[in-house]
Amino acid sequence: MHGYELKRAYDQRLPQVRPLAFGQVYATLGRLLRDGLVASTGPERLTGPDRTAYSLTKDGRVTLERWLGTVEPPMPYVNSALFAKVVVALLVVDVEQARAYLIAQRQAHTDRLRELTALKTAPSATVDEVVAADYAIAHLDADLRWLRTTLERVADWHREVRA
Amino acid sequence: MTKLEARGLVKSYGPTPALRDVTLDIDEGEIVAVTGPSGCGKSTLLHCLAGILRPDAGEVSWRGHRIDTWSEAARSRLRRTEFGVLFQFGQLVAELTAAENVALPLLLAGTGRRAARAAACDWLERLGVAEYADVRPGEMSGGQQQRCATARALVTEPRVLFADEPTGALDTVTGEQVLTQLVRLARQQRTAVVLITHEPRIAAYADREIVLRDGAIDHTGLGLDAPLSGGAR
Ligand SMILES: Nc1ncnc2c1ncn2[C@@H]1O[C@H](COP(=O)(O)OP(=O)(O)OP(=O)(O)O)[C@@H](O)[C@H]1O
Ligand SMILES: [Mg+2]
Repeated sequence: MHGYELKRAYDQRLPQVRPLAFGQVYATLGRLLRDGLVASTGPERLTGPDRTAYSLTKDGRVTLERWLGTVEPPMPYVNSALFAKVVVALLVVDVEQARAYLIAQRQAHTDRLRELTALKTAPSATVDEVVAADYAIAHLDADLRWLRTTLERVADWHREVRA
Repeated sequence: MTKLEARGLVKSYGPTPALRDVTLDIDEGEIVAVTGPSGCGKSTLLHCLAGILRPDAGEVSWRGHRIDTWSEAARSRLRRTEFGVLFQFGQLVAELTAAENVALPLLLAGTGRRAARAAACDWLERLGVAEYADVRPGEMSGGQQQRCATARALVTEPRVLFADEPTGALDTVTGEQVLTQLVRLARQQRTAVVLITHEPRIAAYADREIVLRDGAIDHTGLGLDAPLSGGAR
């Protein structure tokens, strides 16, 4: 596969994922080549990087399968700017600041949820798009539940944080 | 003039106030979600808008005509033609097959048997349950029954569909499939939908969300049980 084909497959198969720059594709291929996980095939190399085709080596295949077989740790840390902002607002400012932030964030999340729902319910939506939108929707939905319960608890929480 | 309007709706059940002064407009083809905590008056509002309940005060108008003052017979005729209703549990007639259930509103409106049966089968097909046409509700799963009920609610091509937690009894995947179909078909025929739900991801199917709290529209859009000011709880 050529670099531009990889880039195209990435864009097509992983919609809604952080976009990938061409530079990153070649930098990554360079590292994989160095580590012997891919091999460049064909003599086309002379005509520029875009002409080079790459394929997985045996080592590359083994590494790929190991990665696929590894379970991701399910949320070892609460790693979210949302959570951090509320705590900092409660510590440094006051309940109203925390609440104003939560309300604004809830609005932004709701707007995005509606956009993604429109995307996935459009008659032209592909399965790739539906699956990607579902992933994002489920996470936004979880955040929204948290925003809602936190809005109700923020006063109690403030007392505890400040105590 | 193709609009549903409510002005100053008030409704109590004995001493329990359920709606206090609700005013809203729903445009042709508009999909509106009504959300809010349990007991805030969502179902009562839907029943008043659909002409099932009469408000104690206020007005409901459809295309410029007040309908809350109409007789029960006139309101129920409206519910068989321009309005459609769909509840959490399908409310299918147990003695009739799926196709007979879906054909029923058409037969009541005077459509011939053969044409009604054809339309019913067509709608069952659109909701993906064509193979259950000759099966009675008792032999269908909850999701299949709800698809059948959705077909029955849409078969008359109503101008407004009132849906009270239509997917509330279904698992997430089935609920989403039913809702996706419902919204797609409603948009196709420009049927307005009043969709009651307490789930943000379901409300996201709508063009607009109305949040109720304690029987009134909550302009903060939060529907929280706690008062926003005053803090301590
Ligand atoms: N038939 C009835 N008789 C007496 N009170 C009623 C009746 N129906 C509803 N109520 C009361 O009116 C209020 C509003 O009820 P409603 O059913 O409209 O709420 P809701 O928002 O649909 O709630 P839920 O999300 O639980 O379905 C509640 O306080 C409820 O207890
Ligand atoms: Mg209800």
